[in-house]
Amino acid sequence: MTPTAVIQLYVFVLAGFVGFLVITRVPPLLHTPLMSATNAISAISLVGSLVVAGADRGTASTVLGFIAVTAATINVVGGFLITDRMLKMFRRHELPPGEKK
Amino acid sequence: MSRDLGIQGIYLASSVLFILGLRSLTRPDRARRGMQQAAVGMLLAIVGTLFQAEIVRFDWIAAGLILGTVVGYPLGMFVPMTAMPQRIAISHLFGALAATVVGIAEYWHGGHGATIAHGQMAALGFEVLFGGLTVTGSFMAFGKLQEFITGTPVTYRGQNAINISLFLATFGLFAYLIFFPASTPLFYLMIALALCIGVLMVLPIGGADMPVVVSLLNSYAGLASSATGFAIGNNVLIIAGALDGASGFLLSLIMSKAMNRSFGNVLFGAFGTPQISAGKTAEGLHVQSISAEDAAMRLAYASKVIFVPGYGMAVAQAQHQVRELAELIEKKGGEVKFAIHPVAGRMPGHMNVLLAEANVPYDQLYDMDEINSAFPETDVAVVIGANDVVNPAARNDPKSPIYGMPILDVDKAKSIIVLKRSMNPGFAGIENELFYDEKTSMLFGDAKASLTKLVSEVKSL
Repeated sequence: MTPTAVIQLYVFVLAGFVGFLVITRVPPLLHTPLMSATNAISAISLVGSLVVAGADRGTASTVLGFIAVTAATINVVGGFLITDRMLKMFRRHELPPGEKK
Repeated sequence: MSRDLGIQGIYLASSVLFILGLRSLTRPDRARRGMQQAAVGMLLAIVGTLFQAEIVRFDWIAAGLILGTVVGYPLGMFVPMTAMPQRIAISHLFGALAATVVGIAEYWHGGHGATIAHGQMAALGFEVLFGGLTVTGSFMAFGKLQEFITGTPVTYRGQNAINISLFLATFGLFAYLIFFPASTPLFYLMIALALCIGVLMVLPIGGADMPVVVSLLNSYAGLASSATGFAIGNNVLIIAGALDGASGFLLSLIMSKAMNRSFGNVLFGAFGTPQISAGKTAEGLHVQSISAEDAAMRLAYASKVIFVPGYGMAVAQAQHQVRELAELIEKKGGEVKFAIHPVAGRMPGHMNVLLAEANVPYDQLYDMDEINSAFPETDVAVVIGANDVVNPAARNDPKSPIYGMPILDVDKAKSIIVLKRSMNPGFAGIENELFYDEKTSMLFGDAKASLTKLVSEVKSL
């Protein structure tokens, strides 16, 4: 294994661990927004798609890159918007006037 | 060099914002702000990437970004909350498609495998495997939820044998490719097999098992993104993918636990086999029905009411009527709570989203563990289109196929009103003895129509 691969593995395992710890504490109330949020975040694969679409490695590569950019952008735009729309709906009982949140 | 360093700094900042965004989801009042920050992180990462020296042409990038926005905006803004399960399923398709296509392009770029090292091939293999099966798997899940593919499990003879041999063949190809990356036809054959696995994996799964499948696909889509990060050497992809993978994995664990299925059962996709051996039958049992007037009377004078929504409420789109009825009961002095079973509906959190859309405050929504102790003091429990998740057989009939599944203890309430279309048994044909309990009254009819009637009756009291 190359040193880079080892570091990548470290990053993967530690990030997965952080994810596990954080997400364990997300209440079931927000499980659907959690799914759409993680989905939007993992659309970061757009970053890889951009390189493929813009590196000018031949027509086939560019077209594949274009498809990937489109698919990932759908998830970035749609994913963050729908998560926000859902989270906006979750509200508490109205507080009596004068009381602060 | 300094440009690279700057881009890496941006990626690091994005990763931190992503983690903070997810952490904000532990607090409903902070969640929105946190996710907006995560969106900023995403924007930073995209802009940063555009400055990479490798990127020399922008025409196709611009085209993809514009087309993606044009398609993504309505998917984000106009899809109704009732269509959320299929909306989530289709988004896994897009994510996995992006990862798979990037994997193919990278393989192509490496001279069809000729200049690809073994380690990178392993990453690319994972990428297209997870990506491929998620693409078709999500499409199947989408089809089942959108109901253009039958929601009942499709089974045939030798199904498990076929699936297992297909799985082994694909895995064999993958192992071979790691040692001989330049076997181009085999690479594409492996992708084709992964696509088949996705279809065959979801085919035998019924509607009620969808929460597990949707979370599992969520996890696979994340792992595919992560593998992309390994393949192209990008840490922010590895991190974001790992977060998604962990989240989906955890959700499928929670879901399978709530259905009393073992995790191995979930991992190997062997879930969803229809159980024919129903426990008790309804022979000789008596059902009491109740009129809307009487039910309204009971609700109006109850001091503690718990609503138990299920998939039937989602189908009837009755969440607004439920909220209206709840508000009326509160006005009459009753206390109203909602009991949400983890697998009620077709995806994790399905009921919560629908009720939140109908303006039910989230501090009235309770999880199974929080609310079960409250049922004995409850005057009326109202079951709306829920069945298996309130079936006492899960507790006291070892012969029942759902025996052992944690349920809402509705049968412990002082009285129970069940809103149900007819006496047809629910998923898997299991009889529900709750419906025959002497404390239970059945209010037959479409949930929305029944609730509308209840609302006007309570108003007139």
